[in-house]
Amino acid sequence: MEDTNIQTPINLPRLGSPAPQFEAVTTHGTLRLEDYKGSWVILFSHPADFTPVCTTEFIGFAEIYPQLKEMNTELLGLSIDSVYSHIAWVRNIKEKMGVDIPFPVIADLNKDVASLYGMVMPGESNTETSRCVFIIDDKQIVRTMIYYPLTTGRNMDEILRVIQALQTSDEHSVATPANWRPGDKVIVPPPKTAEAAEVRVGEGHECKDWYFCKKSL
Amino acid sequence: MACIEPGGALSPSGRAMLESLATPLKAEEIAQRASQPLFKVRASMRELTEAGLVTLQDDAYVITDAGKDAIKN
Repeated sequence: MEDTNIQTPINLPRLGSPAPQFEAVTTHGTLRLEDYKGSWVILFSHPADFTPVCTTEFIGFAEIYPQLKEMNTELLGLSIDSVYSHIAWVRNIKEKMGVDIPFPVIADLNKDVASLYGMVMPGESNTETSRCVFIIDDKQIVRTMIYYPLTTGRNMDEILRVIQALQTSDEHSVATPANWRPGDKVIVPPPKTAEAAEVRVGEGHECKDWYFCKKSL
Repeated sequence: MACIEPGGALSPSGRAMLESLATPLKAEEIAQRASQPLFKVRASMRELTEAGLVTLQDDAYVITDAGKDAIKN
């Protein structure tokens, strides 16, 4: 008997792998992901236009946009709505809330990009994208993926913090501890050989042990 | 923003992009002079190139005769 429940595995984005490329209609015209080469980009999805939690998120993203620009980072929104709906909603946010939405929003009516990035969670909804965040670096590598459910608006402060942490790690070849904030001490990557471990304790870092050393930048 | 309206006319941002090409410029130079994000410039130049209003020569965008005619109208 033929098995009709076989599902084709989808190659979803993975941390450290190239971000899936796409071309999409947006509120700023047709854009390709490759247009963002050289910049970091936060690709994020929201469930639907003209909904309250999403509106607060768009206002939140608009508020952090100047800080993101200073970090060479662009925003690119997405939902399964038409470009006309996006335009009307963005204009409504401007009119009712006084907030200009400066970033493009993908009109993904065919779910092409949503499918490519696994943004639809059937357990939540088949017709809406969940609140997904993909942080893609300037070389178009996926660096962070965060998923929030339909009911819970995102924390802009955390998104900013992750970008700051990733860029600090890249620039200084370090890691960042729990709850790290810019200005805090960073983690010196642990030595990978016994010889290096011996050297590490004498390097002048703030060490609890050979594998756990911090330093100021 | 899209450079060309559905009817084929230049949008204000498309006109501004074309007018910035008095001399051949790289995408990065256009972005800097126009204070526009690089992604927008790349997308705009692709659209203008497909419309025959701009060509790419040695990594620099050059306005075509059709492009010059378009900004006169």
